[in-house]
Amino acid sequence: MSVTEAAVENPPMGEPPRRRTPRLVAAVWAAARNGWRQLTSMRTALMLLFLLAVAAIPGSVLPQRSVKVEDVQRFYAANPRLAPVLDRLWGFEVYASPWFAAIYLLLFTSLIGCITPRLRDHARALRTAPPDAPKRLERLPQSAVLDTAVDEAAAKAALRGWRTVRREHADGTVTLAAEKGYLKEAGNLLFHSSLLVILVGVGLGSLWGWHAGRLIVAGPEQVFCNTVQQYDDFGLGPRVGAGDLPDFCLELTDFRAEYRADGMPVSFAADVTATDSAHGDLGRHTFMVNHPLRLDGANVYLLGHGYAPVLRYTDAAGVTQETVAPFPYTDPTLTSQGVAAFPDANGSDKTKQMAFSGTYLPTKDGPPYLRSDHPEERNPALMLTAYRGDLGLDAGIPSSVYDLDQRQLDAGRLKKYGEPKLMRVGETWTLEDGSRVEFVGTRQWITVSIRHDPGEPIVLTGAVLLLVGLPLSLYGKRRRVWLRLRPDGTAAAGGLPRTEYPGFEDEFRSLVERWQR
Amino acid sequence: MAELSDGLLVVTLLSYLAAMLLHAGEYAFGDRGRIANAAASLAAPARELVGAGAPVVTEAPHAYAAPSVTGTDDAAAGAAGGTRSRAGWLGPAAVAATILGASAHVITVVTRGIAAERLPFGNMYEFVLSITALGSVIWLGTLYFQRQVRHLGLFVMLFEVLLVGVAGMVLYTPVGPLVPALDSYWFGIHIGAVITSSSLFMVAGAASIMYLVRTGYDNGKRGFLYAFGGRLANAEAVERLSFRLHAFAFPIWTFGVTAGAIWAEVAWGRYWGWDPKEVWAFISWVVYAGYLHARATPSIKRSTAAWIAVIGFLTMMMNLFGVNIFFTGLHSYGGV
Ligand code: HEM
Repeated sequence: MSVTEAAVENPPMGEPPRRRTPRLVAAVWAAARNGWRQLTSMRTALMLLFLLAVAAIPGSVLPQRSVKVEDVQRFYAANPRLAPVLDRLWGFEVYASPWFAAIYLLLFTSLIGCITPRLRDHARALRTAPPDAPKRLERLPQSAVLDTAVDEAAAKAALRGWRTVRREHADGTVTLAAEKGYLKEAGNLLFHSSLLVILVGVGLGSLWGWHAGRLIVAGPEQVFCNTVQQYDDFGLGPRVGAGDLPDFCLELTDFRAEYRADGMPVSFAADVTATDSAHGDLGRHTFMVNHPLRLDGANVYLLGHGYAPVLRYTDAAGVTQETVAPFPYTDPTLTSQGVAAFPDANGSDKTKQMAFSGTYLPTKDGPPYLRSDHPEERNPALMLTAYRGDLGLDAGIPSSVYDLDQRQLDAGRLKKYGEPKLMRVGETWTLEDGSRVEFVGTRQWITVSIRHDPGEPIVLTGAVLLLVGLPLSLYGKRRRVWLRLRPDGTAAAGGLPRTEYPGFEDEFRSLVERWQR
Repeated sequence: MAELSDGLLVVTLLSYLAAMLLHAGEYAFGDRGRIANAAASLAAPARELVGAGAPVVTEAPHAYAAPSVTGTDDAAAGAAGGTRSRAGWLGPAAVAATILGASAHVITVVTRGIAAERLPFGNMYEFVLSITALGSVIWLGTLYFQRQVRHLGLFVMLFEVLLVGVAGMVLYTPVGPLVPALDSYWFGIHIGAVITSSSLFMVAGAASIMYLVRTGYDNGKRGFLYAFGGRLANAEAVERLSFRLHAFAFPIWTFGVTAGAIWAEVAWGRYWGWDPKEVWAFISWVVYAGYLHARATPSIKRSTAAWIAVIGFLTMMMNLFGVNIFFTGLHSYGGV
């Protein structure tokens, strides 16, 4: 419409040039108005909804950093040429990408543009009385001529729950105009507005929320304190500083896992004692899968668990060190693999550092010692392989604590030392140089996720409002009925459904029946 | 109990197969169906009205809408008039086979739950079985109130045979307990809502497909599937049914996704993390919201809306099968 308006406004030829500026303003204004009208049209909303659905797909196909960083690294390794290109297109951060944001921000702009005038209209509709009966009620989708005299009071009573207006005309005719179903539009507006509430909640959460992950081994010397330095990985919202993190420490005192005979897990529970610097002891807590530990300003979730073999190594000079090495598991029976390193073994000679790579089997009665028979520690076995040489720990290159440094192995600076050895708890293995390693036992470890999202209550509120508004909007039916009582005792009625409503005929008929009684 | 459940699954599948074939037979051998005939005779006057351009046209029954007053059930019409065609028994027999199949199906699910001592939603096998069982019940309920949409049975039974077949042959998992990750009361709430809405979407999606076949036929398409569009009556009624089922399912789906988000907060610490299941739940939600918008917009054709509904159902299937098979995520306890 605005396009044609702008065209019509074309001035006659030979107009003085000073009018160009206002014309330009008018054209820009018209274009903007037209664009706005386009943006807030239902068709555009539909297109944007579709775009949003399509734009969400790549995030389920490509690994996402926000979901699992390791998968992205694996993808990089497998597709070294494609990955950087995808990365530049935000392929690994689809839901934080500018193009995804562009779609939903446009959609929400469209939404605001759509609901604002409807809010105003609905507010007006709530204040205006239903209009008077049309002259010819028989032209309406539903109409009836009432053949018995109608008592006005009784007719009004039949309209309970309807918004009814009585009008008296000069000729003595009385009309009742009634309307029902305002909640449909109210529900629709509530529902669409609640989407904005959810968006605000999500936004607040991503600005002021944070999350972190940490592996905690059982034992008092393994206490975890909630600081950035102690996290294995973390992500802080742009408005969160390291100093804003709540102060607490957790000690894993026990971990209990229950399994069925076939090794299927039944339940997991972690016992911790919590402390903070202001109050000291915060007491003992148990948390499990589906029952997080809710502390002030942070929730702690149990994600995984496993075993950490404890090894005591006494070098040839008789110096003893003990290490607790959490081993990640590789299968559901908790076959676990890891490394116990003794960088300080054999004095300060870097070429004589010691490490043991091992496979821990919580239940294994006989060979082959490859896979555990059960996740519980029924007959634990530890296959150890000794390595001697430079562990490469101070090369400044970050290395995994669960693997030996492959570069040192390849370069021959770190070598296998003797044959692999099967060990049971309490056994000691004496190596060639007279040093000894003892398998002291195991400790439990758990991995936890620690999170805080201040947007949660807002998002939940939005979701509840959405769920209230949606059925009102979908199942509500806006309709009007009129009853005209003429002074001669005759009466006529009419009805108009204002939304799709197949049952309106029945409702109208039963209303008419009650009026006639 | 577990054996009973497994045995009844075979009965279920065979009954649905029979029902599907009977419905197909009705298309092939029925005398174009009493419904189609009635529609054909209605078509002419309706077109005349269009030609005359009278304002009443919009109120006139659609060219292929069945007359709502006359008995549209073949059996009833046959019994009354005695003019029943030789193939007239096929439709009622299809419904009988559906009832048998649905009964066996429901017992399959219930005995499975008793055997496992929990709700039968614990793995993909049980999940698909529950959706399809509820789908059959919803379909029979619909049929009870709206006899004239019986033709839709072919499409519903096609879905049932495919899904129950895949469940029994590919997804089958022996009875087992819940993994700790699922051991929560949100399990029943979230998955119950998802199953309910999925089964409603399934019947609704079948209705949209039937509507598209019929409108495609009317637009001159004669290819695969469209060819028997001419025998489909009551397309308008089916379209309306489809909308009502979608409108019923959508809030339940919304609730199911919300409950899932609340559970995710309890279990994993975040209510939404763009896990592949969550991504596809979001996609389905957005597509179905698109359907409702399209349906509510007069300038958008009903068949366009129906296509959106079909896409919506495809995204649900993608979430059910595709995500469990192709992607791994936190939801990967499907047991495939
Ligand atoms: C974030 C994007 C949006 C979502 C998820 C959404 C979702 C929905 C849903 C699920 C419905 C169905 C409920 C009902 O029929 O009452 C609906 C209805 C409706 N929406 Fe939206 N909507 C969005 C944006 C918009 C926009 C931008 C507009 C305006 C152009 C709009 C206008 C409407 C209208 C007018 C209805 C009522 C349809 C009717 O008469 O039944 N919506 N919306």
